[in-house]
Amino acid sequence: MKAKIHVTLKQGILDPQGKAIEHALDSLGFKNTSNVRVGKYMEVDVDEKDKVKAEAEVKAMCEKLLANTIVEEYRYELTA
Amino acid sequence: MKIGVVVFPGSNCDHDCQHVFKDVLGQYVEMIWHKETLLAGLDAIVLPGGFSYGDYLRTGAIARFSPVMAAVKEFAKKGGMVLGICNGFQILLEAGLLPGAMLRNKSLHFICKDISVKVENAATAFTGACQSGQVLKIPIAHADGNYYTDPVTLAAMQANAQIVLRYCTPEGKVTSEANPNGSFDNIAGIINAEGNVLGMMPHPERCSEAVLGNEDGKLIFLSMLESLKGNKKQLKMVGAG
Repeated sequence: MKAKIHVTLKQGILDPQGKAIEHALDSLGFKNTSNVRVGKYMEVDVDEKDKVKAEAEVKAMCEKLLANTIVEEYRYELTA
Repeated sequence: MKIGVVVFPGSNCDHDCQHVFKDVLGQYVEMIWHKETLLAGLDAIVLPGGFSYGDYLRTGAIARFSPVMAAVKEFAKKGGMVLGICNGFQILLEAGLLPGAMLRNKSLHFICKDISVKVENAATAFTGACQSGQVLKIPIAHADGNYYTDPVTLAAMQANAQIVLRYCTPEGKVTSEANPNGSFDNIAGIINAEGNVLGMMPHPERCSEAVLGNEDGKLIFLSMLESLKGNKKQLKMVGAG
């Protein structure tokens, strides 16, 4: 199965990269943008045919390593 | 005293730490490769600065799982003295040995310069040689020094005197202008509730010799040695030495 994982800063955590990009977009003429947040996207191939088991594994990976749950949250989707 | 300096792939301040303890302070230093699983006979452990694992994923995120960290955790659990400097502080946070997390500097810049920190708690094993409120000039060199913790934990840390060093002006005023990275409450260094694990972003090992023009950092290491000597004396008195 292929896991597609997004790791983003929790709402309320300052994201200076997002702010910098927002300002850059504004100066490029994109005047109606706001709340730019930058996150990470990862793809992981999991050698497990059972979707439930694979999901449990991916969740454990996120909790343990891929996200720092103090300041980040994660979501994932699994496809065959 | 026997000091262990852990070396992760990508650590680059390990030799400076060794130099201060061994050549400047005359102690016995053991360099510990991150794959070691047994730590014996050490009085204190230092996790040095650098870019362990290239700061991949998050700074310190992968190093916290290095084989040696289980032994470091055991050592800390038993009350052993652990000092984390810069990347070492980040690894202690990721490993859960200290509360909170590090974010990218507010300015998004890697900041490399001398700053001032105020010793908020001079009663710790790492600041015993300092005066309360003393201002130390120590260099920082980091891109991820923006300390964060939730308001509840922050309040508890403040009540428990766990905030040991705060960024300040050279005159000792804790202001937002003096904060180089946006760190919550100007936090530059914290200690755990038990008082044996300290993490600090500035580099005391870069200012511990007169020839470098600044010896303020040496106070941290002298404090550690004094505390260790005191502990050994106590053990001797109890008859366990």
